[in-house]
Amino acid sequence: MELDFGTEFDTFREEVRAFIKGNWPPADGNLKSHENERAFVMAGVDRGYMHRSIPKAYGGSEQPSDIIKAEIIREELTKARAPAGRIPGNGLVVPVLLEWGTEEQKQKWIAPTLRGDIIWAQGFSEPNAGSDLAALRTKAELTADGSKWIINGQKIWTTHGHKATHMFCLVRTEPDAQKHAGISYLLVDIRQPGVTVRPLVQMTGQKEFSEVFFDNAETPADMLVGERGKGWNVTRSTLKHERSGIATMTWSLSMFRDLVKLAKEVERDGQPAIKNPRIREELAAIEGQLMSLTYSTYRATSHDVHGRDVGPFQTMPKVYMTDLAGRISKLARDIVENDFVDMGGERLKWIERFMISLSMSIAGGTSNIQRNIIAERSLGLPRDKSQGATP
Amino acid sequence: MNFLLSEEQLALVDSVTNLLRDKCDPLRVHKIFDALGDAQFDAELWSALCEMGVPAIIVPEENSGLGLELVDVAIVAEALGKAAAPVPLLGHSLATIAISLAGSDAQKSKWLPLLATGEALGTVAFCEGKSGWMPDEWTMAGLNLTGTKTLVPNAAEADVIIVGTADGLALVEKGSNYTTARVNSADRTRPVDTVTFDATSAELLPRGKETAAHLMDAASVLLAADSFGGAEHCVNMSVDYAKMREQYGQAIAGFQGLRYQLVAMAMATEPSRGLYWYAAHAWDAIPDKSSHAASQAKAHLTDIYLQVTRDTVEAHGGIGFTWEHDTHLYMKRAMLNWAWAGTPSRHRLRAADLAGW
Ligand SMILES: Cc1cc2nc3c(=O)[nH]c(=O)nc-3n(C[C@H](O)[C@H](O)[C@H](O)COP(=O)(O)OP(=O)(O)OC[C@H]3O[C@@H](n4cnc5c(N)ncnc54)[C@H](O)[C@@H]3O)c2cc1C
Repeated sequence: MELDFGTEFDTFREEVRAFIKGNWPPADGNLKSHENERAFVMAGVDRGYMHRSIPKAYGGSEQPSDIIKAEIIREELTKARAPAGRIPGNGLVVPVLLEWGTEEQKQKWIAPTLRGDIIWAQGFSEPNAGSDLAALRTKAELTADGSKWIINGQKIWTTHGHKATHMFCLVRTEPDAQKHAGISYLLVDIRQPGVTVRPLVQMTGQKEFSEVFFDNAETPADMLVGERGKGWNVTRSTLKHERSGIATMTWSLSMFRDLVKLAKEVERDGQPAIKNPRIREELAAIEGQLMSLTYSTYRATSHDVHGRDVGPFQTMPKVYMTDLAGRISKLARDIVENDFVDMGGERLKWIERFMISLSMSIAGGTSNIQRNIIAERSLGLPRDKSQGATP
Repeated sequence: MNFLLSEEQLALVDSVTNLLRDKCDPLRVHKIFDALGDAQFDAELWSALCEMGVPAIIVPEENSGLGLELVDVAIVAEALGKAAAPVPLLGHSLATIAISLAGSDAQKSKWLPLLATGEALGTVAFCEGKSGWMPDEWTMAGLNLTGTKTLVPNAAEADVIIVGTADGLALVEKGSNYTTARVNSADRTRPVDTVTFDATSAELLPRGKETAAHLMDAASVLLAADSFGGAEHCVNMSVDYAKMREQYGQAIAGFQGLRYQLVAMAMATEPSRGLYWYAAHAWDAIPDKSSHAASQAKAHLTDIYLQVTRDTVEAHGGIGFTWEHDTHLYMKRAMLNWAWAGTPSRHRLRAADLAGW
């Protein structure tokens, strides 16, 4: 049993560090500039540090798969607060294109996506199709000459819909086919007259997602990814590319570190809140849960590297993390007391986290849907279609 | 990074598991549990484990042991926890660790070979009063010990007792002046005694003072490992029962409410494996993190184990509430694991201190 990465990776880490140091922060000091970010990511691709699993022909750096190197790169980028070239929607569409796209589609879409010149939104959910996604009704019809699709319907909760240039979406193309068999995966330029994007205000007050209306919107026939009516399989394959558990774990670690800092900063009864036995004990209890997640993630990663079965843990990190984030934000609430109601006060970040931690229980499959998946895949309980685990 | 068990470790777990399948099925555990009179361990099973070399795992090679690590004992403890095995591994391993880390050469060469084969049985006496588990709470002192230690595993049978004292760790041999009284403990798979010392002659372990906290950490790790094994078994038992038991014309596994209860049990249990592994590994290899990790593992896993056994009873309905079912064996082991070496709450506060909060 061994937890460090081993000395053979020390030189690699040094190289990554030196690269970041030489390229970030940018010379002009502008951390927000899209150009600077793009230049950094492109230099990272040249060095083989970014977009490692993507072939050179499509703008990636085509490196042999190595979970440990990938983790070292991620750690060093995070430490330096340097861009990692990841845009949420883009990370979801690229693996789909690689697996299902035609050669032309790969050539055309992947490289600009990696550069961040195209920003993708995910158009899956609809007002009447959430957990039961296959109930979706937005329809696309091929024109008589077969040159383009005409799209009508509505998507909702589309993250960054108003910032995106394009959408990858699921639409109904075979109205007479069975529920799951009538769906296709389409790419659409959403900056066109037939598309209306209406930002929705989230409970945090921010405009992070949108409604998207299609009114005779158009997209060329060759924007279909995979076969007609096979869209359900196309999206299901993205499950394999779900982001690594390590990212989940790092996010919770940093939230926990902030919580400890908060408990030391805030005074209660004339001493730091962290000295209060109830707060102290709950903080330690949260840490125990976090350590469980952390070391089980290391275990899972090691098992992956060695081709061993990870076992039931595989399906668990998302709900575990969601519960943990809720528990962390509730302890923060207990620590800040009256500041918990003051949206203009110094603890706004924690009020927001109290809410944002909830979005994790909804977005990307609700916690209940995750529980259904755990029940079936990890506990081997009998399949139940109405419970949404494996349509 | 290689955070996984080696081929040798997997083979060790396999051979212990096979032995347990043979010699420690639930019927056997019930039989031991229900024996009339004072609770007793399963001498036949223990000697089979000794033959296999289990007590030798943590004994250094120069003292006729296998020279392996705590993690190796812990994965065996997990397997024993899974089977609710009525054997004295906990006290015996801790006495062995105490002598090998803190003993003089003479003490080591006298005791370790005997402990390695199981010819002698060892145990540890830590707790004073209802909760005085930690070294700074030990008040007995000197080489003539007077006072009472509680929840001492198998003191009546032990050939050697390592006693936690204000001076560190003392060694008391069978035949010295002490009396034992078997506690009517809920867990009849691992009997415990109250031991009363009365000017009992003892030897000091030379490095006892420096070793005491580390020894308590080993206790925490082994209890966490046993708890993981037990909790995992309870989850599996409940899942299997849900697939088999029918109500309303279908397997109860089809009811979403019950499914979510089972998921919650698995979600509490499965990820905690990494924590107990880490605590064992830290004890062996990361000295500055070891106490913190041990307390976290002890708190987290014994807490979960007890809760999971409650959920297991609920998931089984009426049959789960009976004496003849396995559920209560596990709940009672979980009760001892929860209390022994200090409650989760005390360990969380210790972890907080150690984190420098
Ligand atoms: C912040 C945020 C960002 C999002 N971003 C996107 C995006 O970019 N693109 C996109 O397409 N969608 C996005 N979504 C939508 C998200 O995927 C859906 O909200 C989610 O799948 C749930 O669907 P719903 O809202 O219709 O809820 P419903 O499906 O109506 O669920 C309501 C409640 O019923 C429960 N429930 C439903 N079915 C079952 C069942 N079988 N068993 C047990 N319980 C059940 C759910 O768990 C939930 O508690 C986003 C949502 C949020 C909150």
